[in-house]
Amino acid sequence: MAELVYDKTGRLLFTKEMKKEYTLLIPQMLPDHFAMLVSIFRSEGYQVEMLENTGRSVIDAGQKYVHNDACYPAILVIGQLINAVQSGKYDPHKVALVITQTGGGCRASNYIHLLRKALEKAGLSFVPVISVNLSGLESNPGFKLSLGLLRKAVFAIIYGDLILNVANQVRPYELTKGDTDAAVQHCMDFLLHDMDQGKGMTYKSMRGYFDRITSTFKAVPISGERKVRVGIVGEIYVKYAPLGNNNLADFLLAEGAEPVIPGLMDFIIFKVNNREVDVNIYGGKWIKERLCHWLQNYLMKYQHAMIDALKRSGFRAPGDFNDLHSYIKGYLGDGNKMGEGWLLTAEMLELIHTGVPNIVCTQPFGCLPNHIVGKGMIRKIKDDYPWSNVVAIDYDPGATKINQENRIKLMLANARALSKTQTEKEAAGNALPTS
Amino acid sequence: MEFRVGIDIGSTTVKVVVLDPDNNLLFRSYERHFSKTRERAAETLRSIQEMLSGQKIHMVITGSAGLGVSKASGIDFVQEVYATAAAVNTFVPNTDAVIELGGEDAKIIFFGGALEERMNGSCAGGTGAFIDQMASLLNVTIGELNELSLQHEKIYPIASRCGVFAKSDIQPILNQGGRKEDIAASIFQAVVDQTVAGLTQGRELSGKIVFLGGPLHFLTGLRHRFVETLKLDEDHAIFPADGDCFAAMGAALCSVDYSPRPFEEYLKLLEESVDATGVLDVMPPLFASQTEYDAFLARHNANRPPETDLSSYTGDAWLGIDAGSTTTKMALVDPQGGILYSYYHSNQGNPVAIVLEQLKEIYKRCGDRVSIKGSAVTGYGEELIKNAFQCDLGLVETMAHYKAAAHFNPDVDFIIDIGGQDMKCFKIRNGAVDSIMLNEACSSGCGSFIETFAKALGYDIAAFSKLGLFSPRPVNLGSRCTVFMNSSVKQAQKDGASVEDISAGLSISIVKNAVYKVIRAASADDLGRQIVVQGGTFLNDAVLRAFEQELGRDVVRPTIAGLMGAFGAALAARDLDLKASSLLSNSALQSFSHSAKPTTCGLCTNHCSLTVNQFDGGRRFISGNRCSRPLGKEKQELPDLTAYKYRKLRAMEGKGFGSGVRGRMGIPFGLNMYENLPFWYEFFTKLNFEVVLSPESSRKLYIKGQHTIPSDTVCYPAKLLHGHVEALVEMGVDAIWYPCMSYNYDEGIGDNHYNCPVVAYYPELLSANVPLLKQTRFLTPYVGLYRHKDFKKRIAKLMEAEFSIPKKESIAAADAAYAAYDTYKRDLWSKGQEFINYARAHHLPILVQAGRPYHIDPEINHGINDLITGQGFVLISEDALSHLEGYEARKVLNQWTFQSRMYNAARYVCSQPDMQLVQLVSFGCGSDAITADEIRSILEEGGKLYTQLKIDDINNLGAVKIRIRSLMAAMEERRK
Repeated sequence: MAELVYDKTGRLLFTKEMKKEYTLLIPQMLPDHFAMLVSIFRSEGYQVEMLENTGRSVIDAGQKYVHNDACYPAILVIGQLINAVQSGKYDPHKVALVITQTGGGCRASNYIHLLRKALEKAGLSFVPVISVNLSGLESNPGFKLSLGLLRKAVFAIIYGDLILNVANQVRPYELTKGDTDAAVQHCMDFLLHDMDQGKGMTYKSMRGYFDRITSTFKAVPISGERKVRVGIVGEIYVKYAPLGNNNLADFLLAEGAEPVIPGLMDFIIFKVNNREVDVNIYGGKWIKERLCHWLQNYLMKYQHAMIDALKRSGFRAPGDFNDLHSYIKGYLGDGNKMGEGWLLTAEMLELIHTGVPNIVCTQPFGCLPNHIVGKGMIRKIKDDYPWSNVVAIDYDPGATKINQENRIKLMLANARALSKTQTEKEAAGNALPTS
Repeated sequence: MEFRVGIDIGSTTVKVVVLDPDNNLLFRSYERHFSKTRERAAETLRSIQEMLSGQKIHMVITGSAGLGVSKASGIDFVQEVYATAAAVNTFVPNTDAVIELGGEDAKIIFFGGALEERMNGSCAGGTGAFIDQMASLLNVTIGELNELSLQHEKIYPIASRCGVFAKSDIQPILNQGGRKEDIAASIFQAVVDQTVAGLTQGRELSGKIVFLGGPLHFLTGLRHRFVETLKLDEDHAIFPADGDCFAAMGAALCSVDYSPRPFEEYLKLLEESVDATGVLDVMPPLFASQTEYDAFLARHNANRPPETDLSSYTGDAWLGIDAGSTTTKMALVDPQGGILYSYYHSNQGNPVAIVLEQLKEIYKRCGDRVSIKGSAVTGYGEELIKNAFQCDLGLVETMAHYKAAAHFNPDVDFIIDIGGQDMKCFKIRNGAVDSIMLNEACSSGCGSFIETFAKALGYDIAAFSKLGLFSPRPVNLGSRCTVFMNSSVKQAQKDGASVEDISAGLSISIVKNAVYKVIRAASADDLGRQIVVQGGTFLNDAVLRAFEQELGRDVVRPTIAGLMGAFGAALAARDLDLKASSLLSNSALQSFSHSAKPTTCGLCTNHCSLTVNQFDGGRRFISGNRCSRPLGKEKQELPDLTAYKYRKLRAMEGKGFGSGVRGRMGIPFGLNMYENLPFWYEFFTKLNFEVVLSPESSRKLYIKGQHTIPSDTVCYPAKLLHGHVEALVEMGVDAIWYPCMSYNYDEGIGDNHYNCPVVAYYPELLSANVPLLKQTRFLTPYVGLYRHKDFKKRIAKLMEAEFSIPKKESIAAADAAYAAYDTYKRDLWSKGQEFINYARAHHLPILVQAGRPYHIDPEINHGINDLITGQGFVLISEDALSHLEGYEARKVLNQWTFQSRMYNAARYVCSQPDMQLVQLVSFGCGSDAITADEIRSILEEGGKLYTQLKIDDINNLGAVKIRIRSLMAAMEERRK
């Protein structure tokens, strides 16, 4: 059995022996994206599992072991991990926990430390914790984010984004309930299978897979008149994770709306772009700036390929990262980078510019960056785009679904009234500006 | 056209209206539903069956609790704010804005230009339920509260964020003798402030405003507060006759969008629908059987003081009084601790009268047989009662409770007390109180919460909690702040939970709150092995059982759990071993009189709200003061580094050594400017700008900018900035300088050197939300002072672009600015050392206030510094000590400069025997959720006590005082 080895600060390391013996547990955020990432990690010789435990017991575990004033995503992510370790499903001495660390000025960079404190409280301090970050924080001998692995991860993210995009455009209109989910499953099946064999992870072959995905969804029979589109933006965890936002996308669907969820790639590019911007604003090594610039272009090439694939197949395509960036002039500076930073405001603006003026802005209760970039920008957005219809919803263990849903329903009622007047005005040849 | 019916089911009431085709209101009703929403609505409909029978009508449901009924019955639903907007459009055309207050919701609708609708977020109290709670706290009906408010003379600042928080503001005012009339008006003002601050979010409230909803319909006092605050005249403040039913009327108007049905069909749908039961999250029962309950009772009832009887007793006795926040407790004991007489009752907002009446009773029963040899008082009203009745001793509550617990279990190592307002718990190590945990303002009011809730459901507290004992499936209501529990309960009811299940669930929630939120324990062993529980709330068997279940072990609840504070005080009085007590004699009581008058102290900028209590014979007691000056004594001037720093920073305005020809540069005096001002002052005066500081922070300044705050949960220091920048614009400055700073100085003591997101980017928020800023040049560039060379290059470029200043000049100014900042820091360090030396020369304890630089703002810390030095401490700030320790790896990511200083200061304090530390935490500060635990562990590992002071826009220092005094008492115990 692998020995417990500590570094000089007393941090428990994930050793090479552990890599052979241990199973890595990953909290869930975006089910499809993460499933592919898991598959990639497996191909690199790790034993990995994405957690699917959910419900009150996860929240209870989080509240029991995490400072209750910490943000909701920390409570959920750590609750999910601890709940899994305690579930009896795994040998606690044979698991390691994986958690991301953004390294920015937001509280989120501290999740890993809160997790360690929680493990200690739960008598599980022998469980190693692995930080996944791109800031060079906390290295482990048994865990390396090699360039090859990172390159593969880019594919998981971009495939995931494409599926997210098309599935959300098809699901509200499917004739037979469940068809879209079946299509998602079908795509995931062939992607996971082929990626396991190393296929689909070149730029060229990727484009072929893109077409396979879009045509799979094109084949789903749909009908019905256009539904009200509602964008979901916000703090990254509650924006994406159904556990975090009380199944927001499903709720919107049930209310007869079409959810529009911006993809993950923009966030990744945003984090790369921040480093380049830092050098511009504050000074630093030009090589870092060039490297980040190159990396941004590299990632955007993939993003462009996805946008092309969407357009090619007649799906509505989002703007690229540069489009998003261009919207924040007059709102926020490039340097606003903590948490989701200017990207969150940019996503709201992009949605408004592309005909989705109805937006749910999600954040954990008391989220620090969102005071500024979420709630703090809605006033100006409303001034500049009077027809925009943004509702800010707080999530935390005490917030009740009924209050959240009532507020979202108000937004939807406004959205319907808005689309009615817009249809009337369009009929009168006097369309509201949409871009 | 058919008749239209609108049903508005809110959190507490059901409103039903019928409109005829010409929009005439044929019928309206407004009734409380006591959680029986569907039944109430059906009953009302049946009462108008005659009018509508056999007709095809339109009907829709609206309201926060209407959604569930709509789903269950299949009757269509419209959102209530949307419905209200429709009603206002029809019945009060040309309206600019609507303010609607409901049972638990507050809404604003803006017409004109773009229609905007807002509802209170998840953390907002100022609504009908809040007013209900406050009325029951004052022991008056809603109507009486309204009447009282009309007689007010002054308004106290009361936190308007949430009910629980406001309660802890009001209680001390009550206990210190504040007038109910003034408090009633202050409660309404809090509702107004909450609505304006929470909902306008930067949009101007002006023009013709319509006021709707139950509370605004019935409470004229509340109307007055709104009209006065918004400066409205009669033409612009509209209170429609049916303002309490507008949402229902709107629903009726909207109902034509849905197809009509026969009236009987609607009625049938409503009556026959089964309430949709969602998946209820339930927990195991508290007691499975009566036998189990009996054994439980027998075990706890064994913990009782010796039996005595006052009517036959002859000898000495000692009196203890616990003037708690909502209740007054008294105990008279014999030398063995046997209880001769006891009293436990709600203080009904007037503790002096209660104690007077009881003292008379005690003297009567004692006759000549019993002589009272000593008296002690503890609790919120300690000082008032001590002064009123000349008690021998006043002691802090924590000590009183420990004294009492030790009587029952000398080996006690953990005490938890849940009273009406406060949750206190502390460990006992080596016979001394070791680490005190008080609940933060946000989750207090636990006991009284159940009580209010019981009342709302039509039960008294005892009957209500008994209901839960044998509930087969207590509902899981979560464990966050009690304010949120209201909505959790609503949801549970919707999902079909019975009153029994909810009662049990509430008991369990309070326990979870105590264990996980206040104590933050992971297991029973975290607390202790010998646990004694006290406080009135633990007299509730359901709460006690839930506590034992949660911890998985038995605890001790003395039969006098509710009396422990008074009992402990009596024991303390006994241990004084006095020959005679100074307590007012029976004859003195006969001529006792008491009156209280509020006033505002004008002796310094704190402007304390004082209450002057006048007793017979010219005795006076003044409460609400922070320092001794209003008492006629000279202010004790112990060295206080925070005051020194504040004065120094405030002086940094004007032209300095420059000419000021380049214009007047405004700098908002808030947030990180408390750190960076020495730098910018030098920089701009060197460039021949005149530096203009915004005025000193004050509540008035806060109110000034309040209407532009977009996020009501951000910290108070940030909220203040809105007033600061508005004031600068009004002062006519040429530009305002408020740069964005992701990074702070790198002092080499952390893993990184960020500012928190709010400090870093608040300038951009102001720019987007404060319309007045369009009238000036508001400069918010991104700067990084930590890279000197890069900064100089960039600032020179910026100054050239903005003000055509030659680059060389800016670079020289920047050099001078770095030097000035360095001088400032060094002065601070040496001054700190000087104060420490002073303390040591005079044998005074040293207290380190660890917070952010802006916590020295008197409006932010509410004069805590004066309170601390008033207790005999020399006060030092964290930044005077942090440089004395180097970098050390922490168990958290140590990435914020200001926070890194606190860790270092805590480490330094651990190395100094005569220092203790208190951490100042602004309510809503997310980064302190991280730092608090870490600082606690640094201090506890170093053998120090951890004390946290949570501060917000409230300025009542009662809770702070308890913490500081408990800290002092614990320090004394340790010295012994």
